[in-house]
Amino acid sequence: MKNKGYFKKANGKWRLSLLGREALAGIGFALPFLIGFFGLFLPMIVKSVSYSFSNMSVESTGYVLTRAEKNGLEHYIRALTIDPDFNRMLLQAIVDMFTKVPLVIIFSFFMANMLNQKFHGRAIARSILFLPVILTSGVVLGLESSDLLLTTLSPAEMSNTDFSTILNISALLLKYTDLPASAINFLASAVNGIYNIIIASGVQILIFLAGLQSISPSLYEASSMEGATAWENFWKITFPMISPLILVNSIYTIIDSFTSETNAIMKDIKDTIFGEVKYGLGSAMAWIYFICIGVILLIVGGIISRHVFYNDER
Amino acid sequence: MKARPKNHVPHRITAAKVGRALWSIVRGVIIIGICFTILQPLFVKLSVSFMSERDLFDSGVKYIPKHFTLNNYRLALKGMDYWRSLLRTFLLSGGVALLQLCSCMLAAYGFARFRFPFKKLLFACVILMLIVPPQIIMLPLFMHFRFFDILGIIKAVKGGPISLLDSYWPFVIQAVTCTGFKNGLFIYMLRQFFKGMPRELEEAAFVDGCTKLKTFTKIIVPSSVPMMVTIFLFGFVWQWMDSFYTSLYLKGTMVIPVALDSLAASVYNEYSNYGGSMNFISPGYISMMNNTGTVLAMLPLIVLYIVCQRYFVEGIERSGIVG
Repeated sequence: MKNKGYFKKANGKWRLSLLGREALAGIGFALPFLIGFFGLFLPMIVKSVSYSFSNMSVESTGYVLTRAEKNGLEHYIRALTIDPDFNRMLLQAIVDMFTKVPLVIIFSFFMANMLNQKFHGRAIARSILFLPVILTSGVVLGLESSDLLLTTLSPAEMSNTDFSTILNISALLLKYTDLPASAINFLASAVNGIYNIIIASGVQILIFLAGLQSISPSLYEASSMEGATAWENFWKITFPMISPLILVNSIYTIIDSFTSETNAIMKDIKDTIFGEVKYGLGSAMAWIYFICIGVILLIVGGIISRHVFYNDER
Repeated sequence: MKARPKNHVPHRITAAKVGRALWSIVRGVIIIGICFTILQPLFVKLSVSFMSERDLFDSGVKYIPKHFTLNNYRLALKGMDYWRSLLRTFLLSGGVALLQLCSCMLAAYGFARFRFPFKKLLFACVILMLIVPPQIIMLPLFMHFRFFDILGIIKAVKGGPISLLDSYWPFVIQAVTCTGFKNGLFIYMLRQFFKGMPRELEEAAFVDGCTKLKTFTKIIVPSSVPMMVTIFLFGFVWQWMDSFYTSLYLKGTMVIPVALDSLAASVYNEYSNYGGSMNFISPGYISMMNNTGTVLAMLPLIVLYIVCQRYFVEGIERSGIVG
């Protein structure tokens, strides 16, 4: 495209150029989002920041903000240094995330590969595996985790009652292998928490599966022709081609794990705001939490995207 | 994996064949195991919902109720005000899902096909919307709709801000402006999908004199039905089960998630009105009510999933979400 300007001069009047018309159409299509983002989302973000620096009192016609003490930082200081539970829960959420995310990614990658193969009953297996996407969201998850009876009957708990077997196996592993104890504990927790991992990986399996199906079969044909084994095909073709999705899925899983409604810290923030009516403190807590998420996302995204292979640079 | 004609090729047991057979057995075991893990809680819910309370404390009863009863359902239907909540939730979820499908499709198409200034930055805003936990803007949203006003217009007409709580307007506004539940994800998925569609069709339509909007409605929309069904289903289901926004905006209006959340308490209140044979609410009873309520809440979704399932899987597979 030679003409770089959005406007051109024709017959003495300024008109939209081709590029300008395209831009206008694009903005026109994106208009609902633009209105939503700049009219609703961004003001809400700004307000949320200002709440966290202020004390709020609600009246019948509106609310009044007054600047909080200590240059407005009072709520942040309170959340980090005075609140007895907040730091602990923050750390717990981060540790949970780091143990859960790799397991979810590995599991969903494995399952997607398996579901991509041809076998009898594949359609049924797929439908069942995608069921958690539909059914274990929102209020059901909350009820499930608080339900006394269901937790004693759930598979996770059932395997806990057979804890002796897992304990034995980990004892054997400890005895006869050189694996460090932390790795064995990690494995044991993975086996115990398989139900939570399965229900957390529905969307990830979908994304991986979609990616697997978009890999051209001719790549495999060519490499098999050259004598590559299935193992080599997997590492030399499947893995690099799917690596952008590992990035996408990691980020999705991190966000999902941090914002799920069963998360203790999320409950605490909601309780602080609506239960204890401490608007400022709750907002400050939410922001500290979000900054932690943001930093972790940046680090993880940076590390993974260095190893991602892109087939075609667009 | 073509089956060869048996007469021509003699059966020989090779290492590769044994390996393949072993793998298919292992695969079968794993898949059946995982399917069981997913389905088992559903079966437990179903069977608990038919139990009477003494079955819960009977160690001889695990899955099959000894004292089969429909009493739980009677109580839960009443406690949730089921049929009316169902209708309301159906309208709400359907409306929200449809509206956000339209707005997200438009936005995604804009991002997928056209060049416009600050496009990269604006798309980064979509991603930002995806990663900001809704809890952060929960309170400002609440305040926004509690004291709702657009540029002072409403204040001029009505003399003060109005409250939109306990109405469907907050949901409608959020759906139309792509700021609803997980709409960032929808825009992202749809954009990837549109990017994967061949441009030739649109160019042909354009050459034949279609406007851009007409190209969109006549060419793009009909050829992306599976993806649309997928997004609709996601939107519908997440709205159906969402207790975050519903508990934020709807305090007096019963919809399924709100009703489900407070089911045990409302049934208990019902009981204590009758003269209080139940002085405390036993955990077994809460669980029974919760399970029954969950079954009732999920039932329409399962039906919907079975109907849409084919489109759903197809839509996901063709979305080709890459990078």
